[in-house]
Amino acid sequence: MNNNTKKGLFQPQLIRDALWQSVLKLDPRQMFRNPVMFTVEIGTAIMLVVTILSMRSGADVATLGNPGYNFVIFILLFLTVLFANFAEAFAEARGKAQAESLRKTRKDTPARLLLDGGTTTTVSSSDLRRGDRFVCEAGDIIPTDGEIIEGLATIDESAITGESAPVIREAGGDKSSVTGGTKVLSDRIVASVTVQPGESFLDKMIALVEGASRQKTPNEIALTILLAGFTLVFVIVCITLKPFADYANTPISIAAYVSLFVCLIPTTIGGLLSAIGIAGMDRALRANVITKSGKAVETAGDIDVLLLDKTGTITIGNRRATNFYATEGTHRDDVIRSSVLSSLADETPEGKSIVELASPELVKELSIEGATLIKFTAETRTSGVNLADGTRIRKGAQDTIRQLVERAGNAFPEDIAKEIKYISSNGGTPLAVTVNEKVVGAIELQDIIKPGISERFERLRKMGIKTVMVTGDNPLTAKFIAQKAGVDDFIAEAKPEDKMEYIKKEQQEGRLVAMMGDGTNDAPALAQADVGVAMNSGTQAAKEAGNMVDLDNDPTKLIEVVEIGKQLLMTRGTLTTFSIANDVAKYFAIVPALFMASIPALQHLNIMRLYSPESAILSAVIFNALIIPALIPLALKGVEYKPIGASAMLRRNLFIYGLGGIVVPFLGIKLIDLLVTMFF
Amino acid sequence: MNTEILGVLAIFLFTLVLAWPLGRYIAKTYSGERTWTDPIFGPIERLFFRLSGIDPKQEMTWVEHLKALLTINFVWFLATMFVLMNMAWLPFNPDGNPSMSPDLAFNTSISFVVNCNLQHYSGESGLSYLGQIWLMFLQFVSAATGMATAAVLFNALKTRTPLPLQGPGEGPGVGGNNFYNYFLKSCTRILLPLSILVAILMMFNGSPMTFEGKDTVVGLQGDTVQVSRGPVAAFVAIKHLGTNGGGFFGANSAHPLENPSYLTALLQLFAQLIIPVAMVFAFGFYLRRRKLALMIFGVMTIGFLMLAIPNIVFEMNGNPAISAMGVDQSLGAMEGKEIRFGAAMSAYWSILTTVISTGSVNAMHDSTMPLSGMNQLLGMMVNGFYGGCGVGILNFFIYLIIAVFIAGLMVGRTPEFLGKKVEAREVKIAMITALLSPLLIMGGTAISAWMMVQDPSLPWLNNPGFHGFSEMLYEMTSANANNGSGFEGLGDNNPFWNISTGILLLLGRFVPIIGPIAIGGLLASKKYIPEGAGTLKTDTGTFGVMIFCVIAIITALSYFPALALGPIAEYFSIG
Repeated sequence: MNNNTKKGLFQPQLIRDALWQSVLKLDPRQMFRNPVMFTVEIGTAIMLVVTILSMRSGADVATLGNPGYNFVIFILLFLTVLFANFAEAFAEARGKAQAESLRKTRKDTPARLLLDGGTTTTVSSSDLRRGDRFVCEAGDIIPTDGEIIEGLATIDESAITGESAPVIREAGGDKSSVTGGTKVLSDRIVASVTVQPGESFLDKMIALVEGASRQKTPNEIALTILLAGFTLVFVIVCITLKPFADYANTPISIAAYVSLFVCLIPTTIGGLLSAIGIAGMDRALRANVITKSGKAVETAGDIDVLLLDKTGTITIGNRRATNFYATEGTHRDDVIRSSVLSSLADETPEGKSIVELASPELVKELSIEGATLIKFTAETRTSGVNLADGTRIRKGAQDTIRQLVERAGNAFPEDIAKEIKYISSNGGTPLAVTVNEKVVGAIELQDIIKPGISERFERLRKMGIKTVMVTGDNPLTAKFIAQKAGVDDFIAEAKPEDKMEYIKKEQQEGRLVAMMGDGTNDAPALAQADVGVAMNSGTQAAKEAGNMVDLDNDPTKLIEVVEIGKQLLMTRGTLTTFSIANDVAKYFAIVPALFMASIPALQHLNIMRLYSPESAILSAVIFNALIIPALIPLALKGVEYKPIGASAMLRRNLFIYGLGGIVVPFLGIKLIDLLVTMFF
Repeated sequence: MNTEILGVLAIFLFTLVLAWPLGRYIAKTYSGERTWTDPIFGPIERLFFRLSGIDPKQEMTWVEHLKALLTINFVWFLATMFVLMNMAWLPFNPDGNPSMSPDLAFNTSISFVVNCNLQHYSGESGLSYLGQIWLMFLQFVSAATGMATAAVLFNALKTRTPLPLQGPGEGPGVGGNNFYNYFLKSCTRILLPLSILVAILMMFNGSPMTFEGKDTVVGLQGDTVQVSRGPVAAFVAIKHLGTNGGGFFGANSAHPLENPSYLTALLQLFAQLIIPVAMVFAFGFYLRRRKLALMIFGVMTIGFLMLAIPNIVFEMNGNPAISAMGVDQSLGAMEGKEIRFGAAMSAYWSILTTVISTGSVNAMHDSTMPLSGMNQLLGMMVNGFYGGCGVGILNFFIYLIIAVFIAGLMVGRTPEFLGKKVEAREVKIAMITALLSPLLIMGGTAISAWMMVQDPSLPWLNNPGFHGFSEMLYEMTSANANNGSGFEGLGDNNPFWNISTGILLLLGRFVPIIGPIAIGGLLASKKYIPEGAGTLKTDTGTFGVMIFCVIAIITALSYFPALALGPIAEYFSIG
């Protein structure tokens, strides 16, 4: 993981930046986006005017009040606005710092631009344009994001992922992407530039965090409306209070009106709202996931169905060939030879593992001079070779092979069919091998399920998310692994369009679907899914199609992304509850304070026994201001999500933030009142 | 146990038990299933539809529902204005009562069209029998309007396949998702049969049912008394069943001919509660979500009891200020109460009539204890603990949407209700609807308080100070809640109160109808999301607590300052 996470929440440099930003954010044009805090700013401006007016000699003390007191209220309101701005600025600064530390890895580096003639010329990485081709050799830093079009290399991606083990990237497959700032350790590659300078996903994300292109997410808009509604209720309460007070012959100072208003409107959540949203994207980034919009994070929290590739997610790495079986009358070595020959054109790891399983001596003596290689594709699900002598060797999934064999008029041998069933029922994947459309044997591939994965699925199930395993295996194998790993459903013998269909079907039934993918043929499904996470190692098409990019290439990352999304919504919900529940105590502090002098009967409402009307109002305003910075850590870290079911979660949060929201300000205001009275 | 309390408890439970089968019957009626009333009322309904040229099977969108609703209400308003301003020369006026002044006719017309029945006149001297019968007609149709609106919402929430916002939709209701269909059936199948039943019982228990004019009675001392009468029994039945509340006589259900005995009082308590509770159960039967309906019923009942029980205690304990004068209070605070009803029933009635938007009274609310008055105010401010005929569940729905939204966020999911996402537009409509009450109540009271400050000689208030403030607050609250009860003691038959409360009545009626119907229409147009393990269940006790908190907090935050200056200040002053 990234080194930044080890540092504390508050770094001095970030705080300094954020402080300055919070002053700049006082600009009313910016404040206007946040209706709650904007009204506080207006209140602050009113108090400034009142303070100045009350300082003039001969001012009307009854309505304008004591200048010193007015000034203190003005300062407190000003601080309230500043604290709210600081929360937002600080969240921005943290997100930016995180993104910058990733971007630093891709400062200007020399790049070797490949010219049309095949020669190279050294240019700065910032001069590279989309479509340019560059060359990297062992020891070079890759200048910018690109896609390998030629060659293979081991690459150290630790600068991005924090993972020290080198990875292999090569042309053609689904692992053809290289990232700027990573280092080539061996071999030579030619890559094509895929992004314009300043337009990489990271650049987009930084712009998102900085606020320039940050758009409010649907839930954030709905919540802002709710908060604006509550603010309006208190506008009504405070305006009507004036004639009420006149009727009751109670003069109320402007400072008291403004204080009452600011204390009642939901400043706590209003001040922290945008910080919570930014922190969500930031937390995603800390998990090494680049999000293309805030909405994607929010949607992740709503996911109902999770599509996971079996390979790499549920099972460790790839299936490996573990055994060869021969049909009656065929020598095992012949089966191995045919298997190897047919796998030469199979670039998948399974294909390679077949070659590796066969003994090197056997492989060495094979020749494919004049042969035609038939490449493995996901559609045909077979690969093979037509030898120079006309022998046709194929290997592939048993059902495809069965079709092939039966179309040629040959029977599928009983003993191999039995073996295949046996392999499948043990969770292995059987492949059949044919020579001239006659089955000669079978290959067993085996999967190893990742330790701890079934606990993660259990957790997802508790969160209400259905997990679906996508695999090219036959249904029997798929079922075995699905059961063993504990997924809810599986798509066996999956072709790329199957994923797409499954997603569409679930979406038609109203569910939200997330998937992770890397290949170009995943791109349509990634685009169709409500949350599509592309692996950074994947093809450019996949990365463009998804709405998140995972820098770690970790397929289980989806689980974390979902939790981040849920935390984001929960933090908003709980802080809204807390903020509104706070008002109960504030009413009991301020309302008696307003009327105690002229209506002594109402002192019974002063249940906190606050010292005086002035100290009561002051304490409420101070509490109201201080609660914002006090909750910044919670807003940034997010409320902890526990998969205990929605009702239990609601009970828990209602208890902590609802009941807590009522109790805490009673204690807080009383405590502040005790401190404040020392100055009276 | 104290028999006074026992009587209250018995009629409360009796009503709840009968509301269950009635709810099932209402649900069947709205969904077009066969009921035993088909052969009786089917032909009458078909005749109505044939005469009016309405096709009851014509499906309507939510906008069309609202258009139909507003149109027929507007027609009734015009017709009522005409009747009330011309009663003097129109027939059925044996007592020779005069026509109404324009501002009073405006207030009264609106008041009866919107199911409020705020009365700034006395029936004995202010209306002819034609006027009374016309208002009785409005008591039917205004209640049916509310019930039909609830049926529209039920239907919208039942829809699973997304409905188009414009153009004819395909609702699942076999009976035809048509406003006129719901409306007429509410009248013929529910209100009419029950009204006939209650009216007959009233008649047998001493309520007059005649078109003859005043009777003359010679008292024991030999002096002559003129006694007003009329078709009272029929009027009282629909007055309560339709949660209208407007009295035939000025003294409403405290009048000996409008409410002759303890038994008729029980009957009227039953009549006003039965349909609002049955509508909640009907919601559950209609949507096949009985548990959800029971949760809603539970929240409403707890809210109701939290207001009713303290009131019964306050009123039975009597007024400490009077005790201090050495007057016996063993019967409770009997000022303004009828001895045949007693303190406990009057306290129960005062809350029932205010939580439900009936507004009929059998005792003087002005004379109840300060905190009893506050609870009556709270009942009207919430207006959703059972609530009016049909509209109660609509008001509750608004609180429910807000609770769903906040609770949904708290469990980390985009909020959804009955499989439909609750998003910005729904929240906006819910907030505007919820905001309206504080705006109208506080705004109206603020203007009246301001006018009192400007000109303290205004002949409005019998009581100065906190109590006078409560009287103004009560009148505005009653108008906004379409309740119609008065704190009284307020001189309200003058242009200011007639016009201002008239405006409040209109807004307080139609905005809370339009809001839920619009939300229902928007939800119906969305994709249905099947319930999963991560979905917040809305039919649980936990969510019930959540709704209750939302109602309590919104109400407390909106009205605390006003209540502090009115009933709370008064309470501490006499305590």
